[in-house]
Amino acid sequence: MFYREAGDFKTSYADDSQTFPIAFDRYRYYFVLAVGLGIIPFVITDYWASAILIPFLIYAIAAIGLNILTGYCGQVSLGTGGFMAVGAYTSYKLMTAFPWMDMVTITLLSGAMTAMVGVMFGLPSLRIKGFYLAVATLAAQFFLVWLFNKVPWFYNYSASGQITAPERLLFGHAVTGPNAEAWVKYLFCFAFVFVLAWVARNLTRGAIGRQWMAIRDMDIAAEIIGVNPLRAKLSAFAVSSFYVGIAGALLFTVYLGAVEVGEAYGIQKSFLVLFMIIIGGLGSLFGSFAGAAFMVLLPVALKVLLVDTMGWDTALATHFQFVIVGGLIMFFLIVEPHGLARLWSLAKEKLRLWPFPH
Amino acid sequence: MPDQLIFAMEVTLNGLLNGVMYALVALGFVLIFKASGIFNYAQGVMALFAAMTLVGIQQGRVPFGHLINEIFGTDIHYFGWEVPALAAILLTALVMIGFAILAQQFVFRHLVGQEPIILFMATIGLAYFLEGVSDLMWGSEIRNLDVGIPQGINDSIDAVTFDLFGYGFFIDNLDVTAAIVAAILVGGLIAFAQYTKQGRAMRAVADDHQAALSVGIKLDYVWVLVWSLAGIVALVAGIMWGSKSGVQFSLSLIALKALPVLMLGGFTSIPGAIIGGLIIGVGEALFEFAIGPMIGGATENWFAYVLALVFLVFRPQGLFGEKIIERV
Repeated sequence: MFYREAGDFKTSYADDSQTFPIAFDRYRYYFVLAVGLGIIPFVITDYWASAILIPFLIYAIAAIGLNILTGYCGQVSLGTGGFMAVGAYTSYKLMTAFPWMDMVTITLLSGAMTAMVGVMFGLPSLRIKGFYLAVATLAAQFFLVWLFNKVPWFYNYSASGQITAPERLLFGHAVTGPNAEAWVKYLFCFAFVFVLAWVARNLTRGAIGRQWMAIRDMDIAAEIIGVNPLRAKLSAFAVSSFYVGIAGALLFTVYLGAVEVGEAYGIQKSFLVLFMIIIGGLGSLFGSFAGAAFMVLLPVALKVLLVDTMGWDTALATHFQFVIVGGLIMFFLIVEPHGLARLWSLAKEKLRLWPFPH
Repeated sequence: MPDQLIFAMEVTLNGLLNGVMYALVALGFVLIFKASGIFNYAQGVMALFAAMTLVGIQQGRVPFGHLINEIFGTDIHYFGWEVPALAAILLTALVMIGFAILAQQFVFRHLVGQEPIILFMATIGLAYFLEGVSDLMWGSEIRNLDVGIPQGINDSIDAVTFDLFGYGFFIDNLDVTAAIVAAILVGGLIAFAQYTKQGRAMRAVADDHQAALSVGIKLDYVWVLVWSLAGIVALVAGIMWGSKSGVQFSLSLIALKALPVLMLGGFTSIPGAIIGGLIIGVGEALFEFAIGPMIGGATENWFAYVLALVFLVFRPQGLFGEKIIERV
């Protein structure tokens, strides 16, 4: 009834090519922005920020990054954790070497550094395809983690081998370190998510995004119609790693504060982000958000349900989480290989015709 | 003979035997991949699950004991009997066959014809699921597995090498046993594939699903068969690795180690899995021996992957893989 194109007249090319062509979608988007900026920062508590909101925002960036590579360009990567570690260690080195540098620049530079590393590990993708490539990216994962563990320069020769984020201010408020307030951290991450999602949206529907999708659908055919596979694949690796690197940097500086590389950026993290985009939906920005929200909320929800309500052992709840996550992944792949995003778009399709069934 | 060379020889020999252990895991992958085109990431977790089940049955633990205790407030852990090793192995094999049937019935039947990468991700899901089930069934503590395989230094090798070089090699009995078992296993599998009716059906399905279907081979049956075989290979790998380093979560990570082995050997070749395993085992051991001390050690974490990566750039189908032909 309300979810229609009807009555929403497009009078210019700009109108016609806008991101949300349906008025209802547009208002929903503004509504989410308004809640995110106007309400949440004033009511946010430390528990909500550290348990749900900040990890959700950070993992959403990582999921968008991996989705660009895997969902849009079809190159499966299991090296996400390693690339996140590159972002984290770059930001650590920059923060300690240049104390005057502001956090936005540091985070962006961390992304740029990760993009370079990503391109380097993306080079074999020109020769290797499918899960051969997935296994090859494991080389990145294990090598990078080993590197950050073994070369003391990366952790400034600290005795514990950990890296700890020093306090940095942005507009007079602490963003990192133990004194940072929840709403500052939240807004800082929110700003990054907003800008990066906007850029990703416009990249994926532009010329470069179409090239990625052509490569994904069939790389040889894409090459024949004039897509340069070198450029397309490497740009996908670069953009994807940029996002993943920023997510890794934020995870360290804003969220965790202190990091031991094997624990925070191990192979489990690669799988976690991969699950997010599978459950959310490959090749969909909305899916990245939905998947990140799902994977962040699931453990919290299970903990509240099993441990707090029913009084179970924490370890047992963790085991259940494995069973449920595994089961859900298989369930989604069988029922709907395109994930939550497809379910959402089916619902929208139904809404468009409502109240008529066909 | 200079000392360094003798040490290098010992390292090589140990690397070879380690490679056999990798090859044991890789073998399970190849079986499933050949017959159904599924790249089974869950193989490592299957080994973990099999080893856990074996220990559980041997010690007479109550499956899902923790869970039952937690829900009903009881306190039961053991049935109070102990099962002899051989019977326990047979029972575990039955469990693995049951698992194969369930996986085929509830998951992979519904995914026939999907893209390989979707199937791969489904097996990652299966791996998580099975890991959770294994923890729920038997708990997640480290368990000792003892089925009577001899352990410790092999005295005869020690004596022979001492006579030859004046320095006795340290070779673990367990590794030697693993090598013998692997050889028997491979021989058995090849014989099964070549000389039995089921083996022929298996090869036909591996060759062409549709053609096999049209001459009356039941795909479901063959796939259950293949998953059962992979489950039994996982059991053997689980026994070997479990006796070596205890049954624990890290056992499931050997699956990741088997991936570069497969990439070297080619996904479709049983001899390739063995030779790939040996190359990785030796390469890793020698690299750690020669270069490791210079760059901080623990290189075996990543060396196998980098070796496979470099190798693949030059030969994308692996050593013995079938040539990749692509059509638009």
